[in-house]
Amino acid sequence: MEKASASSWRRMEERYNLLANECKNCGAVYFPQRIVCRKCGRHTKMESRKLSGNGTVYSYTRTHSPADAFEEESPYLIGVIELDEGPRVEGHIVENGKEVTIGTKVRPVFRRMYADGEEGLIHYHFKFAPV
Amino acid sequence: MAGIIGYGAYIPCYRIKAEEIARVWNDDAESIKKGLNIREKSVPGIDEDAATIAVEAARNAVKHAGIAATDLGAIYVGSESHPYVVKPTATIVSQAVGAGNNLTAADLEFACKAGTAGIQMLMGMTESGMIKYGMAIGADTSQGRPGDALEYTASAGGAAFIIGKEKSEQIAEILATASFTSDTPDFWRREGASFPSHGGRFTGEPAYFKHITSAANLLFEKTGFKPSDFSHAVFHQPNGKFPLVVAKQLGFSEEQVRTGLLTPFIGNTYSGASLLGLAAVLDKARPGEKIFVTSFGSGAGSDSFAIEVAEGIEGKRGRISSIDGMINGSKIYVDYSVYLRNRNSIKKS
Repeated sequence: MEKASASSWRRMEERYNLLANECKNCGAVYFPQRIVCRKCGRHTKMESRKLSGNGTVYSYTRTHSPADAFEEESPYLIGVIELDEGPRVEGHIVENGKEVTIGTKVRPVFRRMYADGEEGLIHYHFKFAPV
Repeated sequence: MAGIIGYGAYIPCYRIKAEEIARVWNDDAESIKKGLNIREKSVPGIDEDAATIAVEAARNAVKHAGIAATDLGAIYVGSESHPYVVKPTATIVSQAVGAGNNLTAADLEFACKAGTAGIQMLMGMTESGMIKYGMAIGADTSQGRPGDALEYTASAGGAAFIIGKEKSEQIAEILATASFTSDTPDFWRREGASFPSHGGRFTGEPAYFKHITSAANLLFEKTGFKPSDFSHAVFHQPNGKFPLVVAKQLGFSEEQVRTGLLTPFIGNTYSGASLLGLAAVLDKARPGEKIFVTSFGSGAGSDSFAIEVAEGIEGKRGRISSIDGMINGSKIYVDYSVYLRNRNSIKKS
């Protein structure tokens, strides 16, 4: 099955490398990127900024009723990660033999997220792993 | 001469023990473990493939080298398990390491030696001044047919090496390289086939041993070096036994091979095997030590290298996880059914 690949391609830097943006007027960091700063409005001065992906588990849940694309991985962990740079990001947490709980330090890893069937594109994405 | 500016590796945390595979196929585990010199092997996570392994290794290599990824002029990824038949793994790696767009990239395939072929290509490109740095990667989620002897060893992992010619930046200089190549039908996988086929015992003498000893002897002739000149020797390691046998044939001791022999603990990572062995040696090698490396790729060919560790290695230690840490750190043991699931080997319709 062929699916549109343009949206995936446009967001590649965000999905591979956590590319955020920062308002140089007030220092607020946004991920995903925003065009207009919430605080500065028309005085917005946005610049791209790559995030480290290092952070702390703010909250998490173990998902047993997955979306179709993630059926093979169920059950899996989804969490809200508070990044060292400030933004809270939702993401999959991979299990690597280390305990995951609120407050666990995590780092970014590069993984397959899902594929468009057997013949379509494979979509890669950052996930988080306990340090 | 060109040399290694930095290196990185990645080994998945999942493992399956030889006993578990033997249990399913009613094999004698002790006899398999002894015969192949293998205890357990690495298994990819369900969301890992050769591209994710290559990216993790590449990111570690860039960090270890301490260079800007945008200075990479070429990225070559050697693998037998590229996720796409058409669409390069190398472009995924270049995007994910932030190499920008001003570089050349390609996927390579030569069974288990495509990674070292990439290093040789980069030696030429950097020495000629065509590029400043290049990265060669060997990464695989190796295939082995269920029930086949290969299943005990075919594993997952990879390593990346950044090559450059500026001596002051090198952690090791590549003093010389030599290759031996022939059309030998020892192991193959046809287009569309899920698993490789192999010639059984034929894979030993006319393939692995002949090519490795021939390439090694060419290197000795070219350089005048002899086995005793090297502190370490790394060979392609399809199992834990062949490297010890070929080392003995060439005149290396078991002690020289020990640090770079990883197969007993993680299995055969195919394109990653000899490069991971080299990475394990570099983790511990001291300036001035010489390292002998010879890869082997079925089909068939071998690339031999004489490498001398440089002073620069000390300043880059500790920047990334060690191979030892990846092998003996947190591990998740899986049973055979989870192993099949992770390998996407269970038919659902």
